[in-house]
Amino acid sequence: MSAAIEAARVCKTYGQGPTRVEAVRALDLVVRAHELTVLVGPSGSGKTTLLSILGCMLTPTSGTVRVCGVPTGDARPEALAAIRRRHIGFVFQSYHLFSTLTAAENVQLALDIRSERGPGATAKSAAVLADVGLSAKLNAFPRELSGGEQQRVAIARALVADPSVILADEPTAALDSENGRAIMAILSSAAKQRGRAVLVVTHDARLFRFADRIVHIEDGVITREERPDADDCETHARTVGSQRAGRP
Amino acid sequence: MPLVMTLALRNLLQDRLRFVAAVTGIVLSVVLILVQMGLFYGFGRMVTLIVDHTAADLWIVSKGTQYFEDISILDAEMRQELSAVDGVSEAVPVVAGFSAWLPPDGGLIGIFIIASDPVGGLAPWNIVEGGLDDLATTGTVSLERSYADQLGVSARGETAQVRGHPVTVGAVTSGLRSFTTRPYVFTDFRSARSYVGLPANLVTYFLIRAKPGADIARIRQEAQARVSGMEALTPEQFRARSLNFWLYRTGAGAALVAGALLSIIVGTVIIAQTLYSSTKEHLYEFAMVRAIGASNRYIYRVIAFQALVNALIGLSVATVISIGVERLTATSVAPVIITPALVAVAFALTLLMCVASGIASIVRIIRVDPASVLTR
Repeated sequence: MSAAIEAARVCKTYGQGPTRVEAVRALDLVVRAHELTVLVGPSGSGKTTLLSILGCMLTPTSGTVRVCGVPTGDARPEALAAIRRRHIGFVFQSYHLFSTLTAAENVQLALDIRSERGPGATAKSAAVLADVGLSAKLNAFPRELSGGEQQRVAIARALVADPSVILADEPTAALDSENGRAIMAILSSAAKQRGRAVLVVTHDARLFRFADRIVHIEDGVITREERPDADDCETHARTVGSQRAGRP
Repeated sequence: MPLVMTLALRNLLQDRLRFVAAVTGIVLSVVLILVQMGLFYGFGRMVTLIVDHTAADLWIVSKGTQYFEDISILDAEMRQELSAVDGVSEAVPVVAGFSAWLPPDGGLIGIFIIASDPVGGLAPWNIVEGGLDDLATTGTVSLERSYADQLGVSARGETAQVRGHPVTVGAVTSGLRSFTTRPYVFTDFRSARSYVGLPANLVTYFLIRAKPGADIARIRQEAQARVSGMEALTPEQFRARSLNFWLYRTGAGAALVAGALLSIIVGTVIIAQTLYSSTKEHLYEFAMVRAIGASNRYIYRVIAFQALVNALIGLSVATVISIGVERLTATSVAPVIITPALVAVAFALTLLMCVASGIASIVRIIRVDPASVLTR
């Protein structure tokens, strides 16, 4: 499986002197196509910083990141935006849909910023919304959609431009378990059937069963990687659940 | 409609009350700009009213004369010297000056007498009653209809006195308002001398009419070389000098320009506030647009389109209101004149105002860290 994102010896520090914080420390990570990678770790472990770096929204203090073979190190903000536009689709915890645009228009926005317009763009948006089960809600505004539906629109927006990489930040955090599973199934399908490299940051151990690979991060360092089968995942979910509850 | 425009329009219209308040502010601001500029233009036109309506190739004025009512005094014998200049067809003497009108029911009103020899040399226009021939009779005067109440006469044949001399209204005009507030009263050349107290050896101006095909610049040069104590001005030069004096040297124009500038500043602030408030409301949505890879240019287009919508709506409503103001002030002492060129200038200013006001919003969006969407 080809590497979509390669991060090598990536460090990110904030502040100076006594207030200096090392959010990510000499971290190596490869996110591959056809694979759903779950990044898991406690709050403050550096997950969001790492996601921002891999998503070209933040430049590392040192180390290198390549997205689809393109090095991002010396790129200026507009060049980073161009890399994001060409190669990456994002799914956010809070959906971040434009309240003034319909579901179809929110999806089309991702094509519009890539200068894809006209009937072709409209048809493409409708097709992707149908893929996520929202063919009946094309003209609905976000306020008329449930949380799960809004997140599906956000996923459709991430998928519509056919990016090589999907980065999802806590995509199920605001959803009930049923909607959470549905969202993960869509993301898993994007990896398996569409060949995307999908990286999901989550706290929700119940979703590990969708993962091809689980990467544990703590204090800015990857502490463990595993490739669980379904049984392992369930065991892992119980373990993490017990740890969260303070049980041994 | 392109999605970028849909997004811009819906964001702008999302809070209708805020939008209406903003458009009202913009309209007031643009109306102020148009009215101030219209006043400036109208005032300028009134200042040069007589010059603009006089058929002359050159005005002969005493040195330093700034505008038509800035009484010039010339030797009447200059007429022969001017007529002798090569290319001159005729030199028409003009007598003009302030005088006093005594209405039939008493009182005293300041007026401005104008006469030329022949009467048609500098004649009233927009005559609605009587004709120029009626003004050739001694003791006959023109009456501007808008001053009828002030002068105590309203129609042909009515009588009053000018500086103790009985006068009869021979012609009535409409729209010949004087910017000095002293009504223009046209009369015959001989009577005018009595009314303004000018002796027979003096005149106020000469109007030079050139022979067909004559070189005006050369006539001007030769007249100035041959005759001393005067200046020969083309109508354009006299007009420019009058405008320069009244609009800039007296400060009247500066006050109007300052008013227009203030309106531009107020308008810019109002539009900026509206755009900024709308932008702030959608800040994280814009951050998301940046996060998913939109270029800065894409964001500029959204904000610029919002600014353009504000400008177009504001200008359209303001133009309608300003045309109303123009009609209301048409016969007043301070007419507001709205021309297509003025509307075009106002549109350019409004656009500039809207674009400038969008800068704050653009800076705010560009400054927002796209990664901030991951922490919300």
